[in-house]
Amino acid sequence: MLELRNVTKTVAGADHIRDVSLTLEHGSLNVLLGPTLSGKTSLMRLMAGLDAPTSGSIWFDGRDVTGVPVQKRNVAMVYQQFINYPAMTVYENIASPLRVAGADAARTDREVKRAAELLRLIPYLDRMPLSLSGGQQQRTALARAISKNAGLVLLDEPLANLDYKLREELRAELPKIFAETGAIFVYATTEPQEALLLGGNTATLSEGRVTQFGPTIEVFRRPKDLVTARTFADPPLNTVILRKQGDSFQLDGGALPVPAGMKAIPEGTYAIGFQPHHLRATRPNADAIVLPAKVLVTEITGSESFVHVQFADVRWVMLASGIHSYQPEEMIEVFIDPRHLMVFDHEGRAVQPAPKAAA
Amino acid sequence: MARIDLDHIRHAYGPNPKAPSDFALKQVNHSFKDGGAYALLGPSGCGKTTLLNIISGLLHPSHGRLLFDGHDVTDLSTQERNIAQVFQFPVVYDTMTVYDNLAFPLRNRGVPEAEVDGRVRETLAMLGLSERAGSRARRLTADDKQKISLGRGLVRSDVNAILFDEPLTVIDPHLKWVLRSQLKQLHRRFGYTMIYVTHDQTEALTFAETVVVMYDGEIVQIGTPDELFERPSHTFVGYFIGSPGMNVMPVELEGARARLGSQIIELPFPPANASGRIELGIRPEYVRIGRSGLPVRVTKVEDVGRHKIVRASLEGREIAAILGEDETLPADARVSFDPVGINLYQDSWRIETGV
Amino acid sequence: MDKTWNNKAWFMVLPVLLLVAFSAVIPLMTVVNYSVQDTFGNNQFFWAGTEWFEEMLHSDRFWQAMARSLIFSFVILAIEIPLGIVIALNMPRSGWGVPVCLVLMALPLLIPWNVVGTIWQVFGRVDIGLLGYVMNALGVDYNYVNDPLDAWVTVIVMDVWHWTSLVVLLCYAGLVSIPDAYYQAAKIDGASRWSIFRHIQLPKIRRVLLIAVLLRFMDSFMIYTEPFVVTGGGPGNSTTFLSIDLVKMAVGQFDLGPAAAMSIIYFLIILLFSWVFYTVMTNSGSER
Repeated sequence: MLELRNVTKTVAGADHIRDVSLTLEHGSLNVLLGPTLSGKTSLMRLMAGLDAPTSGSIWFDGRDVTGVPVQKRNVAMVYQQFINYPAMTVYENIASPLRVAGADAARTDREVKRAAELLRLIPYLDRMPLSLSGGQQQRTALARAISKNAGLVLLDEPLANLDYKLREELRAELPKIFAETGAIFVYATTEPQEALLLGGNTATLSEGRVTQFGPTIEVFRRPKDLVTARTFADPPLNTVILRKQGDSFQLDGGALPVPAGMKAIPEGTYAIGFQPHHLRATRPNADAIVLPAKVLVTEITGSESFVHVQFADVRWVMLASGIHSYQPEEMIEVFIDPRHLMVFDHEGRAVQPAPKAAA
Repeated sequence: MARIDLDHIRHAYGPNPKAPSDFALKQVNHSFKDGGAYALLGPSGCGKTTLLNIISGLLHPSHGRLLFDGHDVTDLSTQERNIAQVFQFPVVYDTMTVYDNLAFPLRNRGVPEAEVDGRVRETLAMLGLSERAGSRARRLTADDKQKISLGRGLVRSDVNAILFDEPLTVIDPHLKWVLRSQLKQLHRRFGYTMIYVTHDQTEALTFAETVVVMYDGEIVQIGTPDELFERPSHTFVGYFIGSPGMNVMPVELEGARARLGSQIIELPFPPANASGRIELGIRPEYVRIGRSGLPVRVTKVEDVGRHKIVRASLEGREIAAILGEDETLPADARVSFDPVGINLYQDSWRIETGV
Repeated sequence: MDKTWNNKAWFMVLPVLLLVAFSAVIPLMTVVNYSVQDTFGNNQFFWAGTEWFEEMLHSDRFWQAMARSLIFSFVILAIEIPLGIVIALNMPRSGWGVPVCLVLMALPLLIPWNVVGTIWQVFGRVDIGLLGYVMNALGVDYNYVNDPLDAWVTVIVMDVWHWTSLVVLLCYAGLVSIPDAYYQAAKIDGASRWSIFRHIQLPKIRRVLLIAVLLRFMDSFMIYTEPFVVTGGGPGNSTTFLSIDLVKMAVGQFDLGPAAAMSIIYFLIILLFSWVFYTVMTNSGSER
């Protein structure tokens, strides 16, 4: 179990990591999700022991490892760049951590074969890394991380330099590989879609702070605050700021009903957010609210359309299934099911719906 | 702006190419219409960047001719072709200000300073960089730098085409949305001929009116996003476009029916007299999960937020299906294929059915 | 820095610290010691205070040697740096030419200083030297033994021949590390050869160039062996640079005090220049 207790990291007066507390279990996959410079790499460096925290402590399996350098911890790391020993064969690359640990020939061979098998590298064991494709090079780096039998494996955007389709394949395999080793996996990414596909747990990062940590789908469906909701949305989250009055949020030319369970919240200004796929081109059910919107741009992927629309003075994206060839400047009707509205107060905290029984 | 014709273009990087495998680009014949928005989509090593560099003149093709509006430009230099190109990593002139970066291509061509000023200010406004005009380019973030790279292309009002080589690679996901829709709006407003190279299907499909899918030095399909989605002409296109890609399974034809292992699938159209290796392709979006149809064993359900991806085993083969966000998986799940989504392939190429 | 700490590392640095102490710090302290004392032999020393320093700073001989050294350094920088850049720009980037050029460039650097001096000493001689003989046969009145200007030209040409390669190799390393996309973008922007140099190549090799300038300045300012072998500081004092003057004073005349004071002034000047270069370099880095 890796535990970060109130970890802060300050470099030259600037806070890179602010008061982060996290507990990661063995055999778990933990995604660090956030944009560039949100602190993902800084946090990984602290976990690895490449940097020491300015304050706070780091515990591994009940032992305080704050300030223990990386050499003395059993940590493996995989980077965005494909980092292998260019003068060694794939076999020797995977064997290198075992050789350092002084494993005997039989065990080395067994472990190398096991890791190579998991990452489908058996046909390439005698090749040099640079003669392989990018995907195979990154598989080699991953296999080396696995063969190290590290208690903690850190992956810093490992698929970012790969082709879209290779990414998809490797991403589908990774959770299986992780599950087999029993180590703690930490996986940094900037892409919400990637976090969702990997599953496991997700910690959303923003400006050096962990805004929420929990099972990935939970964090996605029930963000605790607006920052988390924004971080965890691709296409970007649709938002609008409205005044609550009675049972509705006031709008020019209509009103949004306050979702069930939230009717009792105080009057005032709220930020309403909802995911782009919850904005519909057709009425999803009888409760749905209809809003007028002006089309700005339509992007079609073949199975879906991303329609960028303007509603009042805000820009939204509608992710609609099927092909919708709207003309720019066209006025259309869009629909939202109030069940999908997320409501945030003036400090950005999510307003929790009252329990069903009370509603 | 110009129409661009590729006339029997072939290219090999080594000298004396003989075997087809020596060619990075095997044979390309294609016309890019004046003012069109195109994407070249394919995996790395498929020849898409080679093709782009041949159009821009950074590479001279081993064979074939390149025509701009009917004029042979094969032997002209990059400058003489008058095109703009944006690269994967932002290229900015570190020592210059943002303003001077944009003015650079105009000043190099001896444009009068008064006109330079007008064009540069207009382009800065277009890209939302007006406030940064006076700052040193090297201090900017990656996405602002990439906007400058783009701006140096847009500032030239007379370019024949603007070429993009994976321009959004270093951009954060949220900003990708913004930049992409800006590009699309620019295209609509100014009608540039744009060619966009990428391995990312979402970028290609959303940006382009026409997508050119390349594989192993050849064009495998040219079509609109919905054609590529609904009627992939090659199983590679089916696999490469869509996430997850198309389910492709070997079948035997029996009249208007296809036999998959011990299961029978009714076909919506009578296949022409097909021979060779026959496969049936169906996208996960057209695989319906319910209580009737072919029996499957569900192996995994991935909840990816806006829908669920169901992975199942059908006659020993893995098959993927999409289940809506609010739908639930029935206990004894079976699958059926929506006839609209069924495609048949003979030796990996689609059998035309006239549908 | 606040990286992880490990005190064992200090023990590994210890041998180097001892070596530096013995090879640099202790001799320097000896020199400091000499510079503030006077001696008449017999190991008898008298306190002299700043007398030697004052004498040095008021001596024409010192200032003349200093001027010669500075002029020499600036002349060779003015020749070697642009020449080095031009050669580096014209070296091939790929193919069989690369190793050939690199070996050719590295050759002069591998020759010991005194051998370089001897080569040019012989090469320039009017009676048997190829250069000297040919020049005179062509009607150029060239004789580095008699003519101060010829002596200067010979020493400068020799230094340029010996050390331009270093500038070339540093610049070449800087140039090949520039990504292709920059050149491609410049072509597309219609940049001229000069613009490419001015806006892409020069900014990108700026840092290695500063290192080259620093190395070449320090080296040329301290040059001793080659001019000593070729001209011995003559004719007259025309090529007596600071280093040669220092040796003449300390070893030739055994004026240890003034020589020590001069060494310290010399050392401080080099330190000052190095510090200026270092500051410029780090500042140009922090702008990023």
